Amino acid sequence: MKKEILKLRGVKVHFPVQAGVFNRVVGHVLAVDGVDLDIFRGEVLGLAGESGCGKTTLGKAILRLVEPTDGEVKYISQDDNETELTSLEKKDMDPFRKKLQIVFQDPHSSLNPSFTIFGSLQDPLKKFGIKSKEERRKIIGDLLEAVNMRREYMDRYPHEFSGGQRQRIGIVRALCLEPELIVCDEAVSALDVSIQAQVLKLLMQLKKEKNLTYLFITHDLSVTEYLCDRIAVMYLGRIVELCDSEDLYNNTLHPYSEALISAIPVADLDKQTKRIVLEGDVPSPVNPPKGCPFHPRCPKATDICKTEVPTLKKYSTNGNEHYASCHLIDLPEIS
Amino acid sequence: MAKSSLDKKFDQIRKREEEKTFSTKKRSRIVNKFLNNRLAVLGLIIFTIIILASIFAPLLSPYDPMRVDLRSMRQPPSFDHWFGTDSTGRDVFTRVLFGGRVSIFIGLGSAILSAVVGIAVGCYAGYKGGWIDVIALRISEIFMSFPQIILVLLLVSITGQSLFNLMAIFILTGWGGMYRLARARMLSLREEEYVQALRSFGLSTFTICYKHMLPNALSPIMVNITLSTAMFILTEAGLSFLGLGVPLNIPTWGNILNVAQDILILQNYWWMWGPVGIVISVFVLCVNFIGDGLRDSTDPSQQG
Ligand SMILES: Nc1ncnc2c1ncn2[C@@H]1O[C@H](COP(=O)(O)OP(=O)(O)O)[C@@H](O)[C@H]1O
Ligand code: SF4
Ligand SMILES: [Mg+2]
Repeated sequence: MKKEILKLRGVKVHFPVQAGVFNRVVGHVLAVDGVDLDIFRGEVLGLAGESGCGKTTLGKAILRLVEPTDGEVKYISQDDNETELTSLEKKDMDPFRKKLQIVFQDPHSSLNPSFTIFGSLQDPLKKFGIKSKEERRKIIGDLLEAVNMRREYMDRYPHEFSGGQRQRIGIVRALCLEPELIVCDEAVSALDVSIQAQVLKLLMQLKKEKNLTYLFITHDLSVTEYLCDRIAVMYLGRIVELCDSEDLYNNTLHPYSEALISAIPVADLDKQTKRIVLEGDVPSPVNPPKGCPFHPRCPKATDICKTEVPTLKKYSTNGNEHYASCHLIDLPEIS
Repeated sequence: MAKSSLDKKFDQIRKREEEKTFSTKKRSRIVNKFLNNRLAVLGLIIFTIIILASIFAPLLSPYDPMRVDLRSMRQPPSFDHWFGTDSTGRDVFTRVLFGGRVSIFIGLGSAILSAVVGIAVGCYAGYKGGWIDVIALRISEIFMSFPQIILVLLLVSITGQSLFNLMAIFILTGWGGMYRLARARMLSLREEEYVQALRSFGLSTFTICYKHMLPNALSPIMVNITLSTAMFILTEAGLSFLGLGVPLNIPTWGNILNVAQDILILQNYWWMWGPVGIVISVFVLCVNFIGDGLRDSTDPSQQG
């Protein structure tokens, strides 16, 4: 039986936009605007969408690196204790900080240039009760070896490492407190393609060894297909489609996902579908379009799309649950 | 145990990565760059000489900077008195050496202390943001927009002239610049992913901003400390020249220069104010060279 590790309910993150002499709030960036999502223990959940859709913000909201404006983030422990994280005091978050970690996108800003690897990593370990220096060195050394780097590297400075190495050090950092869930925010996007594949394999291997759960954020759907169990597609702060990975590629329901998938370069000419070109950029999340947020760019948009907001409804494809929010889906809704 | 194919691939990557020989430490790269800047090195050498000469003044000169000797008044430079003597027969060279102690102490001390205050406030406010930041910003603006000379007059008339009052005024008017610099650096640093990572571990604000972030904000502040040192030394000289700075009985470069107020001395006894003026200019110039050298060598956009 699948068990949840996180349940997001109506999560919103709105950043105030200030302007003028007195820094008056003139509007809000609706970076994440009402996300309901369950993440199951042991799965790899992909979170896809063009850049600016709010994927990073959602990932950070889970870890409370940004404070959600509204909504709930519930953590369910292995023995079924549910804790609502967003209402916790800062210091009560500590036990959960251990369990939830993040790997960042940019290998150049993800390591502190003034400290050696050990110097940057030892404070978190100290904070979570590993008092002896020998022990801290052992933990970091072991993890460096687990990501196929040498123990001695812990005494080097970040500028001595290549992008791929830095990214693996970022993984070491995320792993050092034995977390349960790791948010991988575009963890390989900045790397060379050849190194990308290796780091992805490494992530999968570590997942198996350490029973991890991944929230795998990417703007590139070609990476997610073989990696993820399920995929959530995000557009302008909302989830527009959520289903098993296979179904997303084979039984696409939402026009936005269709467009993203058609943009993946395919080697096999028979499989080549007509590429749907999305016009323009993601609209500003300050004033999202009325009706379906996707309608100005949607090739299938009709009149109803301009006025009525579609909600995320549950359908079934291949006998699997399949959520999507579009007016034009002619499958029976299930409850 | 057989190696997995993944391990093999990584070993290949690792080999390739190690072939690019690891560069030497970052510190020495900065030092190298600084040493390549001739003016900065020259500045550092003269700066060191002047400071050492001031510190070891009693060893370099047989005279007492305060002792009046009426038999040798207003003597021009000679072998006994390298810079001549002043109107009360005191040896000018000795006074320049001893004056350097106080002037450099005031300049460097005020610069460092205003940096400490500015950094302490700026790091925290810049990292935390919110109302603390707004308040700190407004306070710094008030201090920075207040004319220094009026503050000096005010404080001198309230508490009297003293070295520490002068330093207090320098710090009051000087910390704002340092604060803004530190704050601006923190504002950009706090978006860096390593800071986010530290936050994701729930480390305390103090550990994150003073231990992990501050070292990366230091280089522009170091540059500013050198430039402020030069500015404070000049301001001290200017204020003392006007008789508003350090009490006249303490020799400082400004107080030695003070005699040039007298038109008679200005016209007839060049050695009483000429050499000390040159020393001030040279010292300030050297400090500025050092500051420029530091700025260039620590500028990340120019790292080759
Ligand atoms: N701290 C912030 N303040 C204001 N706006 C922000 C902030 N962080 C992100 N945003 C805005 O929120 C939107 C979503 O950003 P982000 O979550 O980074 O998207 P993604 O990761 O999908 O590219 C963007 O429009 C971005 O400009
Ligand atoms: S609701 Fe309309 S505009 Fe929105 S995705 Fe569906 S067809 Fe396109
Ligand atoms: Mg992002």
